[in-house]
This record gives sequence, structure tokens and C-alpha cells, in this order.
Amino acid sequence: MSEVAPGLTVDSVTGIDVSLPVAGPGARAYAFLVDWHIRVILALGWFVLGALLHNGRFTLAAPLTNDARWFGAVVAPALAIYFLYHHAVELVMRGSTPGKRMAGVRIVARDGGAPSAGALLTRNVFRLVDSLPLFYGVGLITVVLTREHLRIGDMAAGTLLVFEHADARLPTRAGEAHRAGRLDATGAEIVAELLERWPALAPEARVRLARQVLTRYGGESGESAESGESGDDDAAWRTRLERLARPGQG
Amino acid sequence: MTVNGSARQRALTVSLLQRADLWRQAERRARRLARGRSDDAADATHLADDYRLLAHDLARVRTLMPDSRTREYLEAAYARAHATLHHGAWRIGSALLSLFREEIPAVVRWLRPYILWSTAIFALAVIGGYALVQRYPELIALFASPDLIASVERGQLWTEGLLNIVPSSVLSVQILANNIVVTLFAYCAGFLFGLGTLYILGLNGLMLGAVFAFVSLHGLRAQLVGFIVAHGCVELSVMCLSGAAGAAVGEALIRPAQAGRIESFRVAALRSGKLLIACALLLVGAGILEGYVSPDPRVPLWARSALGAGYWLFMAALLSGWLFGRRAPRAPA
Repeated sequence: MSEVAPGLTVDSVTGIDVSLPVAGPGARAYAFLVDWHIRVILALGWFVLGALLHNGRFTLAAPLTNDARWFGAVVAPALAIYFLYHHAVELVMRGSTPGKRMAGVRIVARDGGAPSAGALLTRNVFRLVDSLPLFYGVGLITVVLTREHLRIGDMAAGTLLVFEHADARLPTRAGEAHRAGRLDATGAEIVAELLERWPALAPEARVRLARQVLTRYGGESGESAESGESGDDDAAWRTRLERLARPGQG
Repeated sequence: MTVNGSARQRALTVSLLQRADLWRQAERRARRLARGRSDDAADATHLADDYRLLAHDLARVRTLMPDSRTREYLEAAYARAHATLHHGAWRIGSALLSLFREEIPAVVRWLRPYILWSTAIFALAVIGGYALVQRYPELIALFASPDLIASVERGQLWTEGLLNIVPSSVLSVQILANNIVVTLFAYCAGFLFGLGTLYILGLNGLMLGAVFAFVSLHGLRAQLVGFIVAHGCVELSVMCLSGAAGAAVGEALIRPAQAGRIESFRVAALRSGKLLIACALLLVGAGILEGYVSPDPRVPLWARSALGAGYWLFMAALLSGWLFGRRAPRAPA
């Protein structure tokens, strides 16, 4: 029996609730690691560029004397980029960051909307506690132990990390395929998606997937699906899939 | 009967999937409006129709095609339309203005009793530290570094000649970074049922009192007052403010006002945490004063005092919202 993933359910005036699946420790860690690399690269980039310009030669060595310009123009901005990255980027990107985008998650308030500026900043203030004692130990434990996978910063700010599905696409030909009469809605989606992804797939993957789909939805026995019109010629397999999906061909 | 049911379901699914273009248009409109990229009133009004359409179709898709990409798409589009319709476009400028003009002053009003208590605790700790070291001077070793003690015993404040060792900019950044971290810790330590905040407030108060008593014993009190007057008024006030915010979080855990401790903690932390943003900004200014003005012997005492008082008034204006155009509501005639 599969366990139902936790989700945030928001009531709506239409009577149809809004359902947002909550991101777990894996998606959080993925987003964090991407962001961590970005901020390290940005901070190091600033430091290296600033040091080269400041020194006027190919060295990153700090000056031997206390040099205010070195600290103010090279060290302090690099530290600011590293430590204020999440505060600034989450504010500008409405509760998202490049890492969160890549992981397909975003921060939302409990009502499903974008969190307020105060909530975003409070969430980041509590990184101090979440990062204790090392490597986000406290945050990781609370994320694993709480049902909605919350770190202390999220509890304090009333925020959650949810999957965004910003890249969710409709299979363009699913309606056509379903209307053809041979396929149920799920089958129509699978055939339509396979046809959409056809150019991006490797030839052997095309044949393998087409064979499986035709066996399941084409009403063909495994044997007849095996004996394709032209053996492993993927154009022939594609034609058979298109015939399955096309209206009036059922 | 079974055949009819199946045919009906197929017809419903086909008719649903034929509306894909409408869903795409609705999703694009919600995305556009959420970014604030449209001033077209008709466009915005249309979103309400989109919302109903998506709700209706999502309900049917949840029944007819529960494990499909179509459902995944519609769930995301519906959630986006819901958020856009109920929360409007995100404008960082107005969000920050609202934070400083309305939200932070409201937090300060709510925290008034906590501010009074944390100030009282801090003041008591200062008096305690002062009395302790005045009576037993050797106890200063518990609160101050050997270098500081040696310097004062030579009849010289440790701050003298500071700018010959460290430039003002470096000093400012070091000080403000340290103060911000201490302030944030004083707040976050409230998570330990308020005990952490109490400890940080008490320790800082004891240190301040002890150092004052020690320099007084060596006749350097006037110099120390001269050194801290410019930045200290705001710095010490911020310490009490962050202590108050931490105490509010601690009390929410000890005596939850909401249904549960976690919920109570969430409400208290979200409300009080906003104050920390103002505190961090104020500490940047205090750090600059401490790096550039306080150790500079060319700045006379009257100028330092004026700067300290002026900056404290600036803090009061910021925390009351007056700086961002908030005026106290007039009582009805």
C-alpha cells in the first residue's frame, strides 16, 4: 500500500480545494545544493575579480597591511553575497531561487499564496538555528521528523516548500488519441507523450517503448508487436503509434 | 448499462480534453497577472472566469483521469489562478513599504510589555555587574579579556589608537557583523523557551556593568562614556528589542495562546521576527558610527552626543513607522 504524500490543501470559494504537494527532504536538499553552488561561485567570482583588479597583477594575496579598500571592495561584498543570497533572491523571486526552480519547488504561505516579505526574511533569520551544530543538522532533523517536512525557519514564518509543476505540459494530442476510440484517457496520454518525445529518444528506446505501448494499448499480442512492419525500423513503429492515436482509424 | 456508462465516460473525457486550449490561455493569463505585467482590467476580470473554468474541469479530471498528466497540469494551473486571484501581483517595493510602515510598528506596539521587561532585565544585569566588580575588582577576569584588563590598568582605554591598528571600514564591518549575529542569536535563542534570550541579555548586561565598574575604578569612566555615546544608544536599545522579540517567542512556547505550541510559536515568531529586520539595519548604522566616529579622537563629545541622540530618534521614527509616512490615527471627534 503506497503512502499518500503530504500536501497543503487550501479551501476555495468554488468548493474545489487547491492541492499543493509538499516537497520532502530530497527536493529541499537538491535545491539547497544548487543554491549553495551558485552563491559560492558568485562570491568566489567577486573575490577573484576584485582581488585581481585591486592587486593589479595575477595574484589573490591579501595586502600585508590593513587596507580598507581591500576589505570594503573585495572581502565584504563577497561575504555579503554568500550570507545574504537567500534573503535577497527569495524576496526578488517571490519565494523562489534558481535552486528551487531547478528542483521544481517554491515557498508558499499557509494560504497557498506567495509569502510576505516579513515571512521570507524571518524564515531566513532562523537559518542560524537550523544550521546548528553543523551542516543544517537541526533543520534536517526537523524536516525528516515533521509531517509537512518543515525546518524551524518554516515553522516560524508559517511557510512551506511545495512542488510547483511550473513545467507541467499537456500532451497536445491526447484529446485526438482518446477520441479515436481505442484508448482510454491514460493510454491516450501515454501514446501522445511518446510521440511528442519521439525525436529526443534514442532509436533503441523508441522501439522498446513503442513495442510496450502497442502490446498494452494496440490490442496486439506480444508476438505481433514483436514482428513490427519493418523489424527495428523506428519510422514504422512511429507510423503504427500514429495510426493508434489518429481519429477515424480505430 | 455498462456499455452506456463507459461510452458516457469516454464522451466526457473527450469533451474535457478538447478544452485544453482554454486551460493554456487561463494558465498564461494567471502567470502574466501574477508578475504584474498587465494593467488591462478586462484581462484581470477574465481571470475570475478562468478560475471557475479550471475548478470545474479539475473536479472532473480528478474523477475521470486521476493519474494523468492532464490532472497534474490542471492542479498547477488552478493553484496558480487561485494564488493570483486571491493575492494579486507581487511588488517588492510595496511589500517592503508595507513592512516598514505598517507591520514593524504594529510589532513594536505588540511587544511593548516585552520591551519593558527585557530592558529591565538588561538594566538589572548592568547594575549587578557594576556592583559585583566594584566590590570585588578581581572578578573582572570573568567578563573581560586579559588585554583589555592590562590596558585599563595602564590607565588607557583599549579603544585608544584603535584606528592606527584597524582601518575604520574594517572595524565597522567587523563590529556590525558581530552585533547582528549576537542580536539574531538573542532572538533565535528564544526558541529555548526564552532561556537562551534571558542568558544572552543577562550576560551582555553583566559584561557592560562590569567593564564600566572596572574603568571607573581606574578613572576612565568619562572616556568610556565618550567612546560609546555615539553608537551605544541604538546598539543597546537594539539588544533590548531583540531580547523582547526572543522573549515573546519563548513565552509562546511556555504558555501557548493558540491551539498548540507549534502554532503558537509560529504566530509569535512570524510577528516578532519582522522587528529583527529593522534591528539589523539599525546595527549597520551603529557599526559605521562605531568604526568611524567613536574611536576618532578628533570628534568632540558634544558632536558624539548629538549623533547618538539623533540616531536614537531616527530609530524611534523608524520603529513607529513615522519615517515611512505612517501617522497615528486621530481619535474621532
